[in-house]
Amino acid sequence: MRKMRTHSAPWRAAAVLASVLLVGSVAACGNSDTGGGSKDDGKITLGFSQVGAESGWRTANTTSIKDAATAAGIELKFDDAQQKQENQIKAIRNYIQQKVDVIAFSPVVESGWDTVLKEAKDADIPVILTDRSVDSADKSLYKTFLGSDFIKEGRLAGEWLVEQKKTASGPVNIVELQGTTGAAPANDRKKGFAEAIAANPNLKVIASQTGDFTRAGGKQVMEQFLKANPKIDVLFAHNDDMGLGALEAITAAGKVPGKDITIITVDAVKDGMQALADGKFNFIAECSPLLGPQLMDLAKKVHAGEEVPARIETEETTFTQEQAKEALPNRKY
Amino acid sequence: MNDTMGRYRAMTGHRLFWPAAVLVVMLAANTIYRPGFLSIELKDGHLYGSPIDILRLSAPLILVALGMTLVISTGGIDLSVGSVCAISGAIACMYISRQPDQDSLPVVLTALAMAMGVSLVLGTWNGVLVAVIGIQPIIATLILMVAGRGLAQLITQGQIITINSDPFRAIGLGHLLTLPLAIFIALAAALLVAAFTRRTALGMIIESVGGNAEASRLAGIRSGRVIFLAYVLSATCAAVAGFMMTANVSSADGNAVGLWVELDAILAVVIGGTSLAGGRFFLSGTILGALIIQTLTTTVYAMNISPQTSLLFKAVVVIAVCLIQAPAFRARFTRRRSSAPPPSPIADKPKEQVPA
Repeated sequence: MRKMRTHSAPWRAAAVLASVLLVGSVAACGNSDTGGGSKDDGKITLGFSQVGAESGWRTANTTSIKDAATAAGIELKFDDAQQKQENQIKAIRNYIQQKVDVIAFSPVVESGWDTVLKEAKDADIPVILTDRSVDSADKSLYKTFLGSDFIKEGRLAGEWLVEQKKTASGPVNIVELQGTTGAAPANDRKKGFAEAIAANPNLKVIASQTGDFTRAGGKQVMEQFLKANPKIDVLFAHNDDMGLGALEAITAAGKVPGKDITIITVDAVKDGMQALADGKFNFIAECSPLLGPQLMDLAKKVHAGEEVPARIETEETTFTQEQAKEALPNRKY
Repeated sequence: MNDTMGRYRAMTGHRLFWPAAVLVVMLAANTIYRPGFLSIELKDGHLYGSPIDILRLSAPLILVALGMTLVISTGGIDLSVGSVCAISGAIACMYISRQPDQDSLPVVLTALAMAMGVSLVLGTWNGVLVAVIGIQPIIATLILMVAGRGLAQLITQGQIITINSDPFRAIGLGHLLTLPLAIFIALAAALLVAAFTRRTALGMIIESVGGNAEASRLAGIRSGRVIFLAYVLSATCAAVAGFMMTANVSSADGNAVGLWVELDAILAVVIGGTSLAGGRFFLSGTILGALIIQTLTTTVYAMNISPQTSLLFKAVVVIAVCLIQAPAFRARFTRRRSSAPPPSPIADKPKEQVPA
């Protein structure tokens, strides 16, 4: 290449090394609490590998798990995989070597877990999946899967709408902001919602696009929806953030969110709950990250050798505007 | 007859003709799909309509692509612009969110100055790695691309920072003369860069460095300094783009702000006719390229193309644009149709062809 060669090679090598070390040390910050072995003092040791810290939802999830472990007297070894499967596999192998009592993790991706899960099984360490599932054919590789039922979230949103529009005589035009294309929450929420609104033929999804679960995405898509469709009655967004982005587009179009357009979202993060309490959203189906206490219960049960169901749903609810006003002061995230 | 042919050839031979034609075709297709696509109305004292959306949303991309044009012209590439957008937006929003009066202008200006200061440091980091130490640009800027995303999340503590500041909002959503303020900011930046590069010798120096850094150095140009400057300028442009992106939704999301914008910017530069090998650069082409990319995104939403097929649709359009843009491809196409081939434009302008 046409690079200048005014400086000596050792200089350059040192700089490359320095930058690599810098990046490495930044990455290493997330990998704490993996060292040390487990002592046999009767205390349960739980090794947990988290996906990362990609959203407020995830941060609340991590906090819930850490707090619940302290409250339950369980020794928690926590690892942040920074969205990488290889980091998670490494963390799980670490936990196996340290002979922890129970391993739990939120898989970054669905596939490729058979080998490491088999290693855990051979070491006789029970595994609990949280929040996301794996596609292993051998269901005996893990004890249970604790997480939200995304289809149910979509269905709850749809059922509320069917109830609201019971008396509607004409067609009700719905636009949908989907999550990241191909992501399980996006696919399942879409499916659950479609199933529920099929009960009333007046309810029609006239446009459906991905907003990538982001505010900017939701806003940009909603802007075009509003221009292409003069009559939009309902917006269903697969998460709060896209709904919040869409709010601005709706206001800019001279319409009143929550009144001219009914807005239904999923998640119930703080900003979303605030919008609901302010009357800008109409309904939120909760997708709760606070599964820590349930996870600790499960860890104790599987450690004691008790049978647990193969699929356990996170305790979740739905919120109307009035309920949001009540719940808002006590929300943790 | 000969005269009209000559004029036709001169027009189609202009480097901006084909990108402009593609843009017109896309707008026409949208208008056929929905006749109201181009209609603009006055709402709340400013213009409202899909073309206005395209202008507003393309402003950050135009800014990022401007900086990218200069970097690519020096024979380099800057992959870190997306992360710089995220960091600058995160710092500005974080500072504003901590102040008691978010609407105060001094608060917003301080926030912008702080974010800009950090972005200059990041640009300097890139510049030093590439120009002083001599690391390959793609590797040098990859470091900041990866680490910068983490840095943005450290600043926001993994949360989405929502702010409520009217002066800051204006950067992304304000209006001037009924048009979005953002597009004026982007065009002002473009004029500034154009004035500095085309009214002085700087542009030619950059092109000569991109053509051959070592030869330029031997000819008396301080190549290192020029390359360094390009990376700092790129980070500056990215910082302003980051303000626009976060102001557009009044919130900073360390994960999502400016994600993949580096790829869109590189594409805009290539569509605009600047070669990835460095050398001659075309600012007006880059702006046109950015408009094409934003129009393409808006088209996907306006025509409600299903998310599963939209990526394929975009890819096909981009390939078509790049092929039409490439003189080599057009020459082959016209040669097959007419017996008398037109003089190949590649022969005299080797740096203009686009590697498609």
